[in-house]
Amino acid sequence: MKSQLVIPLFALLLLVVFNLIRDAGFFSLSITVNNNGNSVLSGNIISILNSASELAIISIGMTLVTASSKGQDISVGAVAAIAGSVFVRVLREHNITWPIIILAFLGGCVAAILCGVFNGTLVAGFKIQPMIATLILLTAGRPIAYWINGGATPTVDSPLLGYIGSFIPGVPIPTPILIVIVFAVLVALILRFTNLGLYTQAVGINEKSARLNGINAAGMKILSFMILGVCVSIAGCISVSRIGLINHETILLDIEMDAILAVAIGGNALSGGKFSIAGSVIGAYIIQALTITLYAMKVSSTAVKAYKAIVIIAIVVLGSPVVQGYLLKLRDKLFQKSKKALESQAYGE
Amino acid sequence: MGSNRRLSADPLGQKQREPISNTNLLLTITICTFFGMYGMAMAVWGSGFLNPQQFLDLFNNNAFLIVVSCGLTIVMIAGGIDISVGGITALVTMACVVYLDDHSGSVVGSMALALGIGTAFGLVQGFLISYLEIQPFIISLAGMFFAKGMTTIVSVAPRTAKHVAFLALKQFRIVIPGIGSYGKTGNFIPARVELGVVIALAVVLLVYAMLKWTRFGRNLYAVGGNNQSALMLGINVKRTRFFSYLISGVLSGIGGYVYLLHTGAGNASNASAAEMQAIASAIIGGTLLTGGVGNVIGTLFGVLSLKTISNIVIASGLREPYWQSITVGLMLCFFILLQSVILSIREKGGMRKN
Repeated sequence: MKSQLVIPLFALLLLVVFNLIRDAGFFSLSITVNNNGNSVLSGNIISILNSASELAIISIGMTLVTASSKGQDISVGAVAAIAGSVFVRVLREHNITWPIIILAFLGGCVAAILCGVFNGTLVAGFKIQPMIATLILLTAGRPIAYWINGGATPTVDSPLLGYIGSFIPGVPIPTPILIVIVFAVLVALILRFTNLGLYTQAVGINEKSARLNGINAAGMKILSFMILGVCVSIAGCISVSRIGLINHETILLDIEMDAILAVAIGGNALSGGKFSIAGSVIGAYIIQALTITLYAMKVSSTAVKAYKAIVIIAIVVLGSPVVQGYLLKLRDKLFQKSKKALESQAYGE
Repeated sequence: MGSNRRLSADPLGQKQREPISNTNLLLTITICTFFGMYGMAMAVWGSGFLNPQQFLDLFNNNAFLIVVSCGLTIVMIAGGIDISVGGITALVTMACVVYLDDHSGSVVGSMALALGIGTAFGLVQGFLISYLEIQPFIISLAGMFFAKGMTTIVSVAPRTAKHVAFLALKQFRIVIPGIGSYGKTGNFIPARVELGVVIALAVVLLVYAMLKWTRFGRNLYAVGGNNQSALMLGINVKRTRFFSYLISGVLSGIGGYVYLLHTGAGNASNASAAEMQAIASAIIGGTLLTGGVGNVIGTLFGVLSLKTISNIVIASGLREPYWQSITVGLMLCFFILLQSVILSIREKGGMRKN
């Protein structure tokens, strides 16, 4: 196992143990019958996995962008609002059937990919820092989403959307979880069987030498922003499908911050280079598990942020190179001492 | 001036006519844009923009943003980022109001509280970022979360200050003699400036002097420009970084108090998205996020430009709020592209010369 994953897995384990001590029944699963008459699984585990879906998907794309461009995209929430708005607009203008939903999703996807191309061109072509380049869409994105739907918070009502946002009849697991699994497997396969991962890392580690080795560095960066666009549009469509309406002001609000956190908690360097998608996904689930735990402890939704900050700082302090150096030294000292003690014992005998 | 002339090893340029430095060029563009924009607004929409009070209100309404942006500029020059400034501002307003009203505190005490909160955030964030080498974005993001969460823990409901001495201070206005406008009845209304503006301008001047004439100020540019070579020159990189975050924290505390002096209310949604506005102002003012280039006077004009364009959008009849955000986005886009193009042209020119 990669050593990068030790700290995030350890943090996740701590959260689980903490919850078990606090309330032994925290992770109990039960089968209940929902409004549509389906028998579905419910429980804290399911709600953590379910509500972290958008974050997990976006953090996959964010990892690639971070790795290749040495910076983060802070416009993901705004772009998700744009993609969601296009999705809703197309749905509202047609009778909702499966082909139309796919068409609407593709429309949102194209819009988000165009935003990705815009960000990517600024970053790769004009050599602007990613955070600054994406600041533009962060400022203008939600207003554009508002404008796409003519300045309203439109609703779409269809049982088909419910299949995407909550449950497919006969399947006890929420659909967003299934979407995350399918998407993660797809990304893992792409990274396994193509050069995408290798090239992304190469560009992030040393752009010049990557270019001299024949990798189109600018192209890789733009491609990573386009992939993030796809991730963002999937997340936006899931989020719209959950509640059947889009509020451009609040849809996936502050998700950029959580996604960047997920990447960092997953042990990825925010300065680019080597990356681990698995780490980021675990990071996303840590953040969501933490939030749900705090809610379960009756912390008010606005105060959650303060506790979240403390935990985040604890995790990143543990993962910081300086602290790890100290810990390694400490371990060596202890280990050597015990070794010496053993040796002296052996000689003594 | 020429803040990075000494750093940008360009011996040819120094012997011949001294070329205008990147910092000064970007600064000049920003100042020209602001005056051009304001002049155009005066010519086209007249009435409101000709009123000196409206010009001064640009300062009155945004004094806190000026203070906070100054802190952010220092951090950005040193090559870092601090997005906790808006959160700290909100926390300071809430904490001060609760202290003044519920704990019958004094005005001086509330000022000390504001400074204390800012300093505490600056110390912790500076230590974690510079000495433990954790990414500044994550730490200041956690700082923002913590500040925002704490604000609602201090009080969930928005509060308005009722403290008598504080309200007297809040009402205090400096009347500028000779400048003013005529009211509907023809009476002369002198232009007024709030106390916060004086604080903000003092902060700008102090930071300007510090960046230009103190050793610490020069160290900031060196560290932001290239921290390896700064280290080899014997600059204490970690300490310089630490102090940049400390100053930013203290200025956020001051900014929070200035915000409170303007609105007199504590609210968890105070100064929301102020960090992004502050970053945008610094960028428009010619500070590069990569570090090493920047100027606090530019930041001041960045804030003013950002707010003037919003006023222009409102004056031109596009009253829906989303038009403001879209124009600000476009303006940001314009300045970012301009900077990128100018810097790349200069880089090529420099290479040819060498």
